[in-house]
Amino acid sequence: MATFTFELVSPERTLYSGAVDAVILPATEGDMTVLAGHAPTMTTLKIGFLVVTNTPGNGRRILVRGGFADISPNGLTVLAERALPEEELTQEILDHEILQAEMHYDATTDVTIKHAAEATVAQLREAKAALNF
Amino acid sequence: MPSLKDLRNRIASVKATQKITKAMQMVAAAKLRRAQSAAEAARPYAERMAVVLGNIASGVTVGPETPRLLAGTGSDQVHLLIVCTAERGLCGAFNSSIARLARDHANRLMAEGKTVKIICVGKKGYDILRRQFAQQIIELIDLRSVRQLGFEQGDMIAQKVLALFEAGEFDVATLFYSRFRSVIAQIPTAQQIVPAQIESGAVAADAVYDYEPDEGEILTTLLPRNLTVQIFRALLENAASEQGARMSAMDNATRNAGEMIKKQTMTYNRSRQAMITKELIEIISGAEAL
Repeated sequence: MATFTFELVSPERTLYSGAVDAVILPATEGDMTVLAGHAPTMTTLKIGFLVVTNTPGNGRRILVRGGFADISPNGLTVLAERALPEEELTQEILDHEILQAEMHYDATTDVTIKHAAEATVAQLREAKAALNF
Repeated sequence: MPSLKDLRNRIASVKATQKITKAMQMVAAAKLRRAQSAAEAARPYAERMAVVLGNIASGVTVGPETPRLLAGTGSDQVHLLIVCTAERGLCGAFNSSIARLARDHANRLMAEGKTVKIICVGKKGYDILRRQFAQQIIELIDLRSVRQLGFEQGDMIAQKVLALFEAGEFDVATLFYSRFRSVIAQIPTAQQIVPAQIESGAVAADAVYDYEPDEGEILTTLLPRNLTVQIFRALLENAASEQGARMSAMDNATRNAGEMIKKQTMTYNRSRQAMITKELIEIISGAEAL
């Protein structure tokens, strides 16, 4: 299978860099799978799992929170505001983040911020369900 | 002529100081290594961000709908200076060189009749600047309680800057920090962050991009994030520079103390020898007189 270069960088470190078969992105307008030779696309990301496949039938999940994916002819670059590999993820971290988002929701009266916080909570819950916590 | 006891005391005190500076140098060296690797780890993100931003921005024609973070407010009357310095001293000319750069910049702007506002990040810059710019300083951001610089700190500062921008409090923002070149070279740098400066040249012009959601919307989320990244990067560079500057300053201090000890030990030995000789002469001449 054709491979392409994939880079996942968060502000603090580079989490993944190398050739992969496929990457599933949690794009804001719906999940999308990127394969080699994908049309150049730029998309924003929501909270969710990014799945990296480097050998067929074998995926690695990484939770990303917000950011961008830049699909160019040279490969895929994901700039995540925060990224946590599945191994480092615990229920406490997720619960804490859900709690914070809920507090954020309660703290404002601004409709757009409330909306955003609501979406954050929903997406985090979804992530939690995906991990069977 | 100081007495022997005075000399002995002085040597002892210089030795104690030397021990302290030596210890500080070693601590700075250990911290430098950590700060340097943090700064290096953050580099890919900032570089990628610049490329991505350049890609989008080159496709956007500046018009009334362009986000103001990119296009500017159309005026440059009010300037905001964000001056990042260290929280602690004893690091050579590190703090004062950043403060001097900011001060010159502020003086020039004020001579042109512009309004200047200053945000100080770090206590030392505030201490230096408040003598002259007490009225202009609008905030002091204290990072003393922060042990490990994280993205949150950059975000916190960026949110404050954005809130000020949204409120129309300034037109142009410039960030002052020290770029880390090596242990002996840190370069005080002024970088304009609002309106965003786009590095062109890295643009792949032939690639036609699909945007999801549309271009404008991506740009409006990307620009504030770019601000955060730039500030975060400046903080990291600054942290590495500070430790580098402290390390070389303390190295110098240790060497100076060593020289001083050598010189004083020499004086001490000479005057001790002189005293012994004097006593001997006295005894001998006393014996001859008998």
